[in-house]
Amino acid sequence: MSMLELDKVSKVFKSGTFGGSLKPALRQVSFGIDRGEVVSLIGESGSGKSTLGKIVLHLTPASAGKVSFEGQDVTEKKGRELHEYYRHVQGVFQDPFSSYNPLYKADRVFEMVRQEYFGGLQRDAWEAKVETVLETVTLNPADVLNKFPHQLSGGQQQRLLVARALLLDVKLLIADEIISMLDASTRVDVLNMLVSLKRKGLGILFITHDLSLGNYISDKTVILRHGAVVEMGETPKVFGNPQHRYTKSLLTAVPQLHKKWAPFDWSANGSAAPASNGALRPASGAAAPVAEEARETRRYSRSSLSPLHAAKGAKSTPSVGAGAAVAEEAAPGPRPSLMEMEGGRWHRRARRRVTLAEVLAESAPPPLVECEPGHLVAVEE
Amino acid sequence: MSLSVRNLRIAYRTLRGDVQAVDDVTFSVADGEIMGLAGESGCGKSTLGNSLIYLEGRMRHLGGTVELDGKVLPISDDRAMNRHRMRDVSIIPQYAMSALNPTKKIGVLARDLLKSRGTKLAKVLPEFRRRVALVGLPDSVLEMYPFELSGGMRQRATMVISTLLNPSLLIADEVTSALDVSNQRAVGELLTEFRDRGYVKSMIVITHDLSILAQIADTIMVMYAGKLAEKADAGTIIDRPLHPYTQALLSSLPEVGVRYEEEELTGIPGRPPSLLDPPAGCRFRDRCPFAFDKCAEEPPFVELLPGHQVACWKAAQDVAGSAEREHEEAAR
Repeated sequence: MSMLELDKVSKVFKSGTFGGSLKPALRQVSFGIDRGEVVSLIGESGSGKSTLGKIVLHLTPASAGKVSFEGQDVTEKKGRELHEYYRHVQGVFQDPFSSYNPLYKADRVFEMVRQEYFGGLQRDAWEAKVETVLETVTLNPADVLNKFPHQLSGGQQQRLLVARALLLDVKLLIADEIISMLDASTRVDVLNMLVSLKRKGLGILFITHDLSLGNYISDKTVILRHGAVVEMGETPKVFGNPQHRYTKSLLTAVPQLHKKWAPFDWSANGSAAPASNGALRPASGAAAPVAEEARETRRYSRSSLSPLHAAKGAKSTPSVGAGAAVAEEAAPGPRPSLMEMEGGRWHRRARRRVTLAEVLAESAPPPLVECEPGHLVAVEE
Repeated sequence: MSLSVRNLRIAYRTLRGDVQAVDDVTFSVADGEIMGLAGESGCGKSTLGNSLIYLEGRMRHLGGTVELDGKVLPISDDRAMNRHRMRDVSIIPQYAMSALNPTKKIGVLARDLLKSRGTKLAKVLPEFRRRVALVGLPDSVLEMYPFELSGGMRQRATMVISTLLNPSLLIADEVTSALDVSNQRAVGELLTEFRDRGYVKSMIVITHDLSILAQIADTIMVMYAGKLAEKADAGTIIDRPLHPYTQALLSSLPEVGVRYEEEELTGIPGRPPSLLDPPAGCRFRDRCPFAFDKCAEEPPFVELLPGHQVACWKAAQDVAGSAEREHEEAAR
């Protein structure tokens, strides 16, 4: 039993103007994080990786499934219990520049933790505590205390936020894209700081879209696509011996310093770019498809899953998944009418609500199989 | 010679004085060349890019000339520049994803832009559609609002619109930064594709991501604190950088396959100096592990090896030293 255990966590969002359709953002994701373990959660935008972080942080409820921390179910926690939970689980987010209130000094974030959790602590003891955590995140107290956010660099701000989390007796840190806004020269410092925290026993969920960062820091890797796990396992195994086509295509897209992008045959990837554009494909043969594919998230119209409404749904929401998805979903032939003839009179077709359970069942992810010890791969659809 | 910039100096006016964001910059970009411009945030790379097409109100042109295809670009004259914008020089702005007007359909936006350049959309429409298809967008995007497109699609739509009039120079400012890897690759490859097809003659690709430049750029220029640090062809910069700053920047990049257990990478300690009152001498001196007495003097940006310009006393010493050794060996 790991420290944090995710068991078939699913999340379905309502979308459409009046919440008319349901969209699965996470599909039965299960994995665990141990003490002193860094798990990187990798996926493209829209893959549901941030949603998962928010569910663990109890910022948004899961639609189904269980999140347990040290054996206790987290999803039902509230009030005092939740307050205690945040003592052990904290998050740091992507944009340090918008995490601070520009009107207040940056170290106000520390003061807020003190009021909330350490009301009884003496000033001296508190100040000593602050200094220790600042040291842990390799910041010089004189550089950062009593300063406004704009006087600090992005890297300093981000480390200050990690320090804030460390003031508590934190056991699990959710780091959501904390590196991506930083400059190349300060990125590594923040990464190395995470490594040293991990060595002290902190569990870290490192959410990123950057494969090289994930590879550098993590012990385990989980690759997410359309809200479902496609491949997971020990990092050297997943990166050294990728099994799923999607993982392979992601790896070929990573820009490297000493190797040019290898040609990759996107066309065999199931959903290719719009057919109309086949003749005009760039000579290199590699353009956009994976990206399009990532966005081809399935939508389920609340008014039944029949082809009739599916076609209508696709027509009215052209934004979903570029041409490819629309073309796939749209039924051929003329658009069917919403009315039907019955007993010599026209009636509006009956609409049926799709229930959450149906969407969850319909969007069940492909099963994972073990291809080598400690390395799971989804069966390719 | 497509673009040639000489002694360009651009400053921002602030309450506390002028901030020298681009300080005495001289370089050129050849026809068909994709030049990468790299550096940390605040090093002046975006200011340099923007100054070639539009000087904001608080930006001031303090000196230097810009020549494009043999003609001087009147960069400090907003009106006179209008003639050149989009036709001769075009830009894919930073945050291109939010550069599109949310209340206008992509087609309407393009029509208005073209109208302001005195061209009718009808005239370029077939070519517009062809290019939209080339970048992998459905024909229907012309009828769509920006919010209906994903980030990657918006980025590509902006690319097509910016290059509709086949500009001689395209400035691509951080076009890949907000995208995920597969979109980064797609956009990167489209940039080279646009060059190969002659839609744009030459390009300046501004980014902080050296690994993207290693993929698409022909030459790379590195800036530090408003000054040029190093320029050479892409392979040379990546494999044999001479400036300590470039070296540090490269060694702080984690690559796929590098793990902390095997190789702990190091960042660059310290921060770039304030450009309000930049220190004398080499600006990287405080963070440089090789700094010595001579660095108190400002190093000139000179060609140390064929096609390889560097502004560093240490590099100059090293190159001279190795040349001497070779010379001695040859003499023996």
